[in-house]
Amino acid sequence: METIGKDGRPLRHLMTPLDFSVEELDKLFDLASDIKGHPDDYKDLCARKKLATCFYEPSTRTRLSFETAMLDLGGQVIGFSDANSSSASKGESVSDTIRVISCFADICAMRHPKEGAPMVAAAHSRIPVINAGDGGHQHPTQTLTDMLTIRSLKGKLDGFTIGLCGDLKFGRTVHSLVNAMLRYPNNKYVFISPEELRIPSYLREKLRSMNVEFEEVERLEDSMPKLDMLYMTRVQRERFFNEEDYVRLKDFYVLNKTKMELAPKDMLVLHPLPRVNEISVEIDEDPRAVYFEQVQYGVYVRMALIATLLGMAG
Amino acid sequence: MLNVGKIDEGFVLDHIPVGKGMSIYYHLGLDKLDCMVAIIKNAHSKRLGRKDIIKVECDINTLNLDVLAVIDHTITVNVIKDGEILEKQPLELPQELKGVMRCRNPRCITSIEQELPHIFYLADPEKEVYRCKYCDEKNSEKM
Repeated sequence: METIGKDGRPLRHLMTPLDFSVEELDKLFDLASDIKGHPDDYKDLCARKKLATCFYEPSTRTRLSFETAMLDLGGQVIGFSDANSSSASKGESVSDTIRVISCFADICAMRHPKEGAPMVAAAHSRIPVINAGDGGHQHPTQTLTDMLTIRSLKGKLDGFTIGLCGDLKFGRTVHSLVNAMLRYPNNKYVFISPEELRIPSYLREKLRSMNVEFEEVERLEDSMPKLDMLYMTRVQRERFFNEEDYVRLKDFYVLNKTKMELAPKDMLVLHPLPRVNEISVEIDEDPRAVYFEQVQYGVYVRMALIATLLGMAG
Repeated sequence: MLNVGKIDEGFVLDHIPVGKGMSIYYHLGLDKLDCMVAIIKNAHSKRLGRKDIIKVECDINTLNLDVLAVIDHTITVNVIKDGEILEKQPLELPQELKGVMRCRNPRCITSIEQELPHIFYLADPEKEVYRCKYCDEKNSEKM
């Protein structure tokens, strides 16, 4: 998605991971890896630049990751962390808010409970807008984080058997990750979920139309031995309209030591966090459990993204 | 026998499935045009048994017929100029539809920002599936 910036030049935004070509993603991941290896080289890259974090719903982790990324680039941060402390509580539209924010900041990361809100913002913005999560729709920087983690720890993004477990119906990180990984050859998918939380039909149709190998199963144990990585997700209360359904499904899967014994020695366990009960703390020390490392990669990839969208990536 | 006269310039929309005539009248915005419109309901048809027909007397460059393909791509569009059929316009599904369908997803930004135009893109031409530009929800509105 492109619009015109303050200086009259075209602006790039990030709404979905597919906004970047595979080549552009490679460059982004190379930059993130370089930042990881040589953080001092980047500590003043965005000096005097401001990031606005416009968070209409609480998200400590993503917001702090963005803020850390900007601070580590030498930039500054402004913003709000819930809708009640913004003009949205007075009824201001997203398009008006971003017009105002464009006067204050150089780049914006927006999270909104309504799907498509960051896209509306981008259409009216004079600064780059990053979708930091819009309802159950997209969460592209989580996907970039997941991909950088896989690429860094496995050295590639193709030829894997990827297990995705938990809430595959409402879990936007799952949809985004699968859509992004479909661009890399020879990946197979094992979708592990209860009947009620299976992948949406559009994703199933897309996989079939692309002749991608996949299976949908309910038992986690049976699939463990064949997985190169297991992407666990939380059943999210906020995605349910019915509390009873949430209570019934929230503890359907618990990854513990016994199940990990069935997994290959080099399988990675990823999770977008926060976890609740779906991963037992007893496996936190297992070297295959990389979800906290994943958080650190999230900062590097957001640094690379901010620098790229600001045109400062060199 | 009901007789509706010839038109000099405009469109004759033929083979409209029975009962869809009024829906098309509103979807094309004909109620807002200051021109002559005839809607014929339940006309005899060899192909359909019964059909609706709409005749619109207007400048042929003023009317956007994109929405017709979404309603039913078997509708016949006769373009009339100087009292004669200039062409039978083929109906193709438009890549984008603005202000025609409404997104029903309660989680979509359009559900709270009333001024936003409802825009749908053609996601699957074979199955004629349109999805909301903002939230990617499949259109569930019957046309």
